[in-house]
Amino acid sequence: MSDPLLEVTGLTKHFPVKNGLLRRVVGQVKAVDGVDFTINRGETFGLVGESGCGKSTTGRTVLRLEEPTGGEVVYHHEELGPVDIGTADRRQLKRLRPEMQIIFQDPFSSLDARMTVGRIIAEPMVINRTHHGRELRDRVAELLSVVGLRPEHASRYPHAFSGGQRQRIGIARALALNPKLIVCDEPVSALDVSVQAQVLNLLESLQAQFDLTYLFVSHDLSVVEHIADRVAVMYLGKVVEVGTTDQLFYSPKMPYTEALLSALPKPDPRKRTKPTLLTGDVPSPANPPHGCHFHPRCKYAQDRCRTEVPQLRDLGGGQLAACHLADSLELKGAEPLPDVPVISAEEAVRAAASRNSRPPADVAPHSTQEAMS
Amino acid sequence: MTPTSTPTATAPGARTPADAVVSVQNLHVEFKTPLGKVNALNGVNFDVPQGKVLGIVGESGCGKSVTARAILQIVEKAGTISKGRILFRSRPEAVDLTSLDPQGREMRSIRGKEISMIFQEPMTSLNPVYPIGDQIEEAVRLHQTRDKDEARRRAVEVLRRVGMPNPEQVARTYPHQLSGGMRQRAMIAMALSCTPTLLIADEPTTALDVTTEAQILQLMRDLQAESGMSIMFITHSMGVVAQLCDDVVVMYLGRVVERAPVDDLFYNPKHPYTISLLRSIPRIGVGRGQPLETMKGGVPDPYSTVPGCPFHPRCPSAMKGLCDTVVPIEAPVEGGVDGHGVRCHLYPGCTPLDVAVDTVSEREEEE
Repeated sequence: MSDPLLEVTGLTKHFPVKNGLLRRVVGQVKAVDGVDFTINRGETFGLVGESGCGKSTTGRTVLRLEEPTGGEVVYHHEELGPVDIGTADRRQLKRLRPEMQIIFQDPFSSLDARMTVGRIIAEPMVINRTHHGRELRDRVAELLSVVGLRPEHASRYPHAFSGGQRQRIGIARALALNPKLIVCDEPVSALDVSVQAQVLNLLESLQAQFDLTYLFVSHDLSVVEHIADRVAVMYLGKVVEVGTTDQLFYSPKMPYTEALLSALPKPDPRKRTKPTLLTGDVPSPANPPHGCHFHPRCKYAQDRCRTEVPQLRDLGGGQLAACHLADSLELKGAEPLPDVPVISAEEAVRAAASRNSRPPADVAPHSTQEAMS
Repeated sequence: MTPTSTPTATAPGARTPADAVVSVQNLHVEFKTPLGKVNALNGVNFDVPQGKVLGIVGESGCGKSVTARAILQIVEKAGTISKGRILFRSRPEAVDLTSLDPQGREMRSIRGKEISMIFQEPMTSLNPVYPIGDQIEEAVRLHQTRDKDEARRRAVEVLRRVGMPNPEQVARTYPHQLSGGMRQRAMIAMALSCTPTLLIADEPTTALDVTTEAQILQLMRDLQAESGMSIMFITHSMGVVAQLCDDVVVMYLGRVVERAPVDDLFYNPKHPYTISLLRSIPRIGVGRGQPLETMKGGVPDPYSTVPGCPFHPRCPSAMKGLCDTVVPIEAPVEGGVDGHGVRCHLYPGCTPLDVAVDTVSEREEEE
C-alpha cells in the first residue's frame, strides 16, 4: 500500500544569527532540526504546529526554495528514480521542479500585481517551454475553468479579484505544469470561513482529478483533520509525532499533541471545557531547552525528560512519537462533535411556502452538495 | 459560564434596554470614497447586556469592526454616522454617544475609561518607542490618578492580573521584546487599567496560535467573572463564539441577520446565513472525506447595493419575487426562546405586511 513519493530524513535548516560590527555569526536558529517523514503517493500529509515551529520552512526546504543545511529529501521521480533534491544538480532540478509546486498562504502578495492573471498562470509554461501561442492560451483557459474561474478572467489583474478567487489563481498556476506534489503552505488561513470551505473542496476535488499528493502545512487542526490522511506535529524544529489522522486526533501519544487538541475552540457551546493550558510560550529556536524540547511546558515531565532527548519511535500501526513516556501515558484525544441541525431551514422553506399559499419558485432546501462556484 | 436566556431586545419596537450597558439603535455608517458611497452599516440594532459577553460574528466586510469603532467614535476619517443612536448607560441617565463631539471632553472621559478596546494586531496598537508600563501608566494618569508612583503601582498590578510573569520587569520592556501572546496580554492590561464597564475586543485572538488563543480566552473569561464587566467580542470564529459568548449577533453586509443566546444559535439556527456559516466550518469527527458544505460566491463588492435581502444572491433558500426585492424585517422566532430574533422572509413576521400581500397578488396576476 505504501508507495513513497517523498522521503525526508534528518532534514535540517539552520539560519545564522549575525551580530556586531563585523556581522560575525553568533548563533544558529535551528528552524528545522532533524525532521523525518515519508509522504506516500496520492495522500495528503498534514504538517501542524504553532508559529515558529518550522513547518513552513520544512515545506520550503523540501522544494529547495531554501538550501537545506543537512539531511536528505529523496523524491521518487518516475523516470529519474530516487533523487536527493538537496544535492541535485541544475539539470536534474530542471526536470524535478515542474513536478513540485507550491501554493502560498497570502493570496495578495503571492501574485504579481502588474501581471494579468493570464500571464501569471502562463509563466511556468513559458519558462519551461511546454506550450506556445494558441495552445498556451487554451491551456490557461482550461486551467481557469478547472479552478472554477472563467476563461475571460485571464485578461484581468489580480486586484480585481477577492481573496478566495486569488487563491484559485494561485492554485491554477501551481497546476500549470501537471505537478505530482504540491506544498500547500497555509492555503486557507487568510480566507473567510465560507470561502475557506470552497477552496478546501476545490483542493480535494483536484487531488482526485489529477492524482495529486499534498504536503499540507497548517496551524488549523480542524482543517487538517478534515483534509489530511496522515499528520505530523512539529515542535521547535522537530517532528514530535506522526500518525494517521485517526491515530493522531483520537489517540495521541505525545503530550504536546494532546495540548494542541485541547486548545482547539470547539464550535459547540455545550462543550465548554477548560483546555489543558500550555503555560508560557514556545522557547526560542535559537536556544532550545535541553533534553526534550517540550519539557518546560509539559505537565507529565520527569527528570529523564530534562536531560535525555527523546527519539521518534514506532509505537505500532505506523504511529511514531518522540516521548519517553509514550507507552505509559493515557492521553486525551479530540472529541467528535455533533453535526449542525439543519432541519429548521427545510421546515422553514415549507412553512414559508404554505404561507404564500403555493410553493415559491426556486426553492431548494439546504443540501450538502451545494455546487462550488 | 452557562448559556442563559436573559431577554435581550429583539424587535426594534419592543426593546427594553434596562439591563443593557450599550444599546445600539438603527445605526447607519457610511464611507464617502472616490469610487462612491459605501454603506458600511444599514440600521444595526443590538444591546450589550450588563455583565455578559456578547459575540458579534460575521465575515470580513460585514461591518462588525465599524460598529465597534462607531461606539467609541473612532470611525476612520471618511466614515460618518449618518443615522441612529448609541445609548450608553453607566451613569444614572443614558447618554447618546453619537451626539457627543468625538474630540470633546465628555467622549474622551468615556473612551478608554468606561469603554475600552482591544485590537486585533497588538503590534500596531502599542507604541514601539515606549515601555509597556509607561503606556499603561499614561491611561491610568489620564483617568484615575495624578500620582506618578501610584500610577506605576497600578500598572504593575494590572499586568499581574492578566497573568504576566514577572510584571515589574515586563513593565520596563518594549513591545518588540514580547511575544504575540504577551503583547495581547499587555493590550488587555491596558484596556483593563481603568476598570471599564464595557470592553470591546476586536478579533483579539485571530493573529494568535491556538494554544495562546486558549490562554487569552481563559483569561478573558476569568477577568469577566471577576469584575462583572460587559464584553463585546468581535470574531469570525464560530469556535471562539461557542466557547466564550453568552449572546450572539450575526451580521451580514451591515445588518444584523440573526441574534440569539449562544446555545440556540448553535442548536436552533434560523437564518440561512447562520446555518451555512455553521456548516462550512470543518468539524472534528464530522464528514471527513466528504466535501464541506459551501456558500456560493463571496461577499459582494461594497460599492454595489444588493436589492432586497442582502444575502439572497448566496442563499440556497431564496424565494424569487420576494427575497430579491423586499428587505426583510426582524421578528422574534416563533416558539423560540426569548431573545432569539431573525431577519429572513422564510419566517413569519419578517416580511412587511403590506409587501407580503403585494407579492402574492403579483404572482396571481402573472398567471
